[in-house]
Amino acid sequence: MVKKFISLSLLSLISYSAFAGGYRVAMQGNKQLAMGHTGVAVVNGAESVFFNPAATVYLKDKWNFSAGMNVLVADTKFQNETYGWENETRNVGTPIYAYGTYKATDWLTVGLAIYSPYGSAVDWDRDWQGAHLVNNIDLKAFYFQPTVAIKVSDRFSFGGGPIFVNGGVTFNKNISRSMVDEHGNKTDVTIEAKNVTAWGWTAGYMFNFDDHLRVGMNYRSKIIMKESDGKAKFYDVPGFGEGMFQNGRIKAQMPLPAEFSVGVSYEWNKWLFAFDYNRTFWKIYDALVIDFVNSPLGTSVNPRNYKDSSTYRLGAQYTVNDQLSLRAGWYYDESPVQDGYFAPETPRNDSRAYTGGLTYKFKNGLGIDLVFSYLHFSDTNNSYDYFQEDGQNVSFGGTYRSAVTSGGIGVSYSF
Amino acid sequence: MKKRYLLVLPALALLASCKPEISDKIDSGTYYPGNADFSTYVAVGNSLTAGFMDGTVYRSGQANSFPSILARQFEVVGGGQFTQPSFDKDINDVGGLLFGGAVNPGFKTKMIINMSTGGPENIKGQSTLEATEQQKKAYHNAGVPGAKTFHLLSAGYGNPANLALGKANPYFVRTATSENVTVLEDALSLSPTFFSNWIGANDVLSYATSGGEGVDQNEKGGLNPGDYGANDITHVGVFQDVYGKITNALTANGAKGVVATIPDVTAIPYFTTVPYNPLTPELIGVDKIDQLNGLIGMLKQILAKGGQGDRLQMISKEAANPLLIQDKSLADMSALLEMGIKQAVDAGLFPIKLEPAQIKLIAVSFGQARHATAKDLMLLTSKAEIGASLAQSTGNATIDAMLKKGVTFPIGDEFVLNSVEQEKVKNATTQFNLIIKQIAAEKGLAVADMNDILNKAVSGLRVEDGQIYTADYFKGMGNLNTVMFSLDGVHLNQRGYAFIAAEILRVINRHYDAKIPLVNPAVYPGPTLLPNN
Repeated sequence: MVKKFISLSLLSLISYSAFAGGYRVAMQGNKQLAMGHTGVAVVNGAESVFFNPAATVYLKDKWNFSAGMNVLVADTKFQNETYGWENETRNVGTPIYAYGTYKATDWLTVGLAIYSPYGSAVDWDRDWQGAHLVNNIDLKAFYFQPTVAIKVSDRFSFGGGPIFVNGGVTFNKNISRSMVDEHGNKTDVTIEAKNVTAWGWTAGYMFNFDDHLRVGMNYRSKIIMKESDGKAKFYDVPGFGEGMFQNGRIKAQMPLPAEFSVGVSYEWNKWLFAFDYNRTFWKIYDALVIDFVNSPLGTSVNPRNYKDSSTYRLGAQYTVNDQLSLRAGWYYDESPVQDGYFAPETPRNDSRAYTGGLTYKFKNGLGIDLVFSYLHFSDTNNSYDYFQEDGQNVSFGGTYRSAVTSGGIGVSYSF
Repeated sequence: MKKRYLLVLPALALLASCKPEISDKIDSGTYYPGNADFSTYVAVGNSLTAGFMDGTVYRSGQANSFPSILARQFEVVGGGQFTQPSFDKDINDVGGLLFGGAVNPGFKTKMIINMSTGGPENIKGQSTLEATEQQKKAYHNAGVPGAKTFHLLSAGYGNPANLALGKANPYFVRTATSENVTVLEDALSLSPTFFSNWIGANDVLSYATSGGEGVDQNEKGGLNPGDYGANDITHVGVFQDVYGKITNALTANGAKGVVATIPDVTAIPYFTTVPYNPLTPELIGVDKIDQLNGLIGMLKQILAKGGQGDRLQMISKEAANPLLIQDKSLADMSALLEMGIKQAVDAGLFPIKLEPAQIKLIAVSFGQARHATAKDLMLLTSKAEIGASLAQSTGNATIDAMLKKGVTFPIGDEFVLNSVEQEKVKNATTQFNLIIKQIAAEKGLAVADMNDILNKAVSGLRVEDGQIYTADYFKGMGNLNTVMFSLDGVHLNQRGYAFIAAEILRVINRHYDAKIPLVNPAVYPGPTLLPNN
C-alpha cells in the first residue's frame, strides 16, 4: 500500500485537471476529471449524466449515485515592465456536482444532474492598475438537468433532457482610471445579477462497436442568461457626479455557450482509454452589454469578441482490483480570448492540464473518488485594447502567468 | 487507518499549488540608472517645477509636482529622499497665500469648476498659508513659482523685507534659509547628484500672459534685470549669461541632469482656448444686428476719413463674427471719432441723444479699437469679458444696454496678444530655447524638449497605452479624463505633470542609457469639479 501511495503521489505531481478557457470550469465528475475530463464515450458511473446521458442506459446497476466537489486554487500574476507594475491574485473556487440514475426498465434510464460548469472568481487588489476593467468578479451558474436515455440496442442508445440554469454574477470595477471622490477614493460600481434563470437542453448518443470500443457524441445547448432587474450600485461618487452615477436597475445578458463533444473509448483488460474532443461555441460572447435603465449612463458596451475554441482530452484508467482504480489524464485547452481582448476578469490563455486520481471502494460498496489536477499556462503578453476613455480606445495589458491547482473528493455508490 | 490517508489528498493538492512565476519577472536587474546617479535629485525651476496648478500651489496638487513624480520613479534605481516645501499648513487644501493674515488678490485660492454655473472659479475656502511664515529649509524641490532665470541668482529674493519692494518672492521667502541666500545656493546646498532644470518660461511668458503689457528688453537693450518690470521679456544676452551660470553651478560637482525647453504660447490653452470670432449671429441676437451695424457703419465712415475704415467690419448674420478689441499699437483716432460722432448726433443721424461725456467715452474707447483677426490670440481671461456690460454706467440706460464688451465696446488690449506681441514672444522663445539646447549640449545634459512635445500635443500626442493627450483646456465631459492643463490654462494639472514626468523619463532613459519605469498619466487627477461653490 505504501508503495502504491508513492507512485500515486508521483502521478499526482505530473497530472491534474480543472479550468477551461473563458469562464468554463471543467470539473464535472472526479472520476472523469482524473481522466482528463474525458467521458463522452465512457460508461463509468453516474457521471455519465453529465458527459453523455445516452451512456447511462448501459450502466450495470439499477441505481447509480455520484457526488463530489473540488477545491481549486487559481493564481495569476501580472506585470507590466513599461510602468513597473506588478500584481497577483489568488482565488479559490469550489465547483460541485451530484448525479443519480435509475434504470426504470431494461431500455430506459432516467437521470438527474446538478452541476456548476461555469464560474469565475477573480479578486484583484482594490484599485489595482487594471481596476477600470475589473476589481473583482464572481460568476456562478448551477445546472439542473433531468435526462432520459433510451437503449435502442446493445449497440446504440440516445438520451437527453432539458437544462434549467440558475446563476448570478457580481462584478465590481472602477468607473474610470482617474475619477475620485472628494476624499480621493476611486469611484467604482458594483453590478449585481442574482437568481437569473434560463432553460437549455442536452442530447447525445452512444454507439458500441463491440465490447471494447465505444464512440459517443453529446451536445449541450447555449443558454443566454438574461437579467432585466439587476442592480447597479455606485460607490465613492464625487459630488458633481451624483446626478449621473445613481444606484439603479440594469439589464444585461451573458451567454453560457453551447458545447459539442465527440469521443471514443477503448476497454482492454484492466485498462480503459478515452479520447474526447470538445468544441465550445464562445463566438456568441461578442460583448458584455450593460443597460443602465433610466440612467444618463445609457448602455455600456464592452467588446469581448470571443472565438470558438477546442479542447483535446486524453484519459486512462487502470483497475487494480475490486477496491482500487487509478486514473490519469491530460488535456489541451484553447482559450477563446483573442489578442487585444485579454481582460483581467478571465486572465487565462491556452493551457495544458495534467490530472490524476483514484477510486477506493469500501467493502460496503461506497466508493471514494479522489482527484488532483494542475493546469499549466505559459507566459502571455496580451492586452485589452477596447476600454473607452474620452472617446479613445485605450489599452491595458502586460505579461500574465496563471496556474490552477485543484484537489477534489467525491463519493459514488451503485446498487 | 490507511484509508484515512486518502482524505489527505485534496488537502495536499492545495498545499502543492505553487504560485506561477513569470519567466521574465521584474527583479533587481530590470531597471537600472545607466550612467547617471539619482541618489540626490534636486529640481530647479519655476512654478512648473513647484507643482503650481489651478492658479496656486496647494497641498494635494504639490504632492504630484513633476519632480515629485520623477523622484518616486527614481527610487527604483537608487533615488533617495526627495523633499518639497511644506504645505502641511494648507489645511483646507485650497492653496492661496495670506500676507500677515490678509488675503491678497494676486494669490487666490485654487480654481475649480463650479458645476452649477459651469465656469472655472476660485474655490470658496479659507487659505491658511502665511507667506511670511519662514521654514528656513532647503528642499529638493527648489522650484519657485514666478521665478525668472535671473531670479535664481538674485540675493534677497527670499528676504521678507523685500516683499513690499517687489524684489522678493513670497514662495521663496517661505523656504529661504537666510535673507540673502539665492534660490540656486539653497538648491546646491543639498549636493545634487542629479538635477532637473526647467527655468526660463517666465522670462517670456509673463509678457505673453499680460497680453503684452510689458517691455521687450531686447528692443530696449536692457541688460540690468534689476530694472525689469514683472511683465518684461528678458534680454537674450542676460538669459544666456544667467542660464550659463546656473548650469555651470549645477554641474560643477559632476552632477548630471535634464533641462527642459520653454513652450510656445501657441501650445498653451491660455492663449488658444478663446477664439477670435466666437460671436455667432445667434449669440449677438439676429434681430439686433441691423441696429448694431448702423452704429458700426457710422463709426466706420468716420474712421474712413482718417484712412482707417477697415479697422471695423459689419456684423454678419450668417457667419461667426470677430471680437471687438483694443489694440494699443494702432494710431489713436479718438479726436476724429469725437468730432464725427458729434456731427452725426447734431445732424440727428444718431438714433438716440448723446451727451458730450458719452460721445467722448465712445470716441476714446474706439480710438484704438479694431475687430480681431485670426492672427490675434485672445487670452483665457478674455472669456469673462465677452458680452459683459461696462463696469460704470454711462448715465444712459439705452447706451448701457447697447455697450457690450467684445461686441460694441472693445475688450482691453491686456486681454489680447496681437501679432506684433506674438512676434516678440516667438523670437524670445526661439532664442531662449536655442541657448538652453546649446548649453545643455556643451555640458552633455539631457534635453526634454517641452516646446516640441507641447507643440505636438496641440494636435494630440499618443502615449504607450493608446490614449491621446492634447494641449486643450478643460471642455467638460469630452476631455474629463484626458485634460492635462489645469484650470489656469497655463500650468499643467496633476495628470499633465505626470505626462511631463513620463516624457522626462523617456529622455533620461535615452540619454543616460538608463531604464526607469514610466508613469501613466491616466491615473492622475484632472480638474476639481464641484457641484457648487
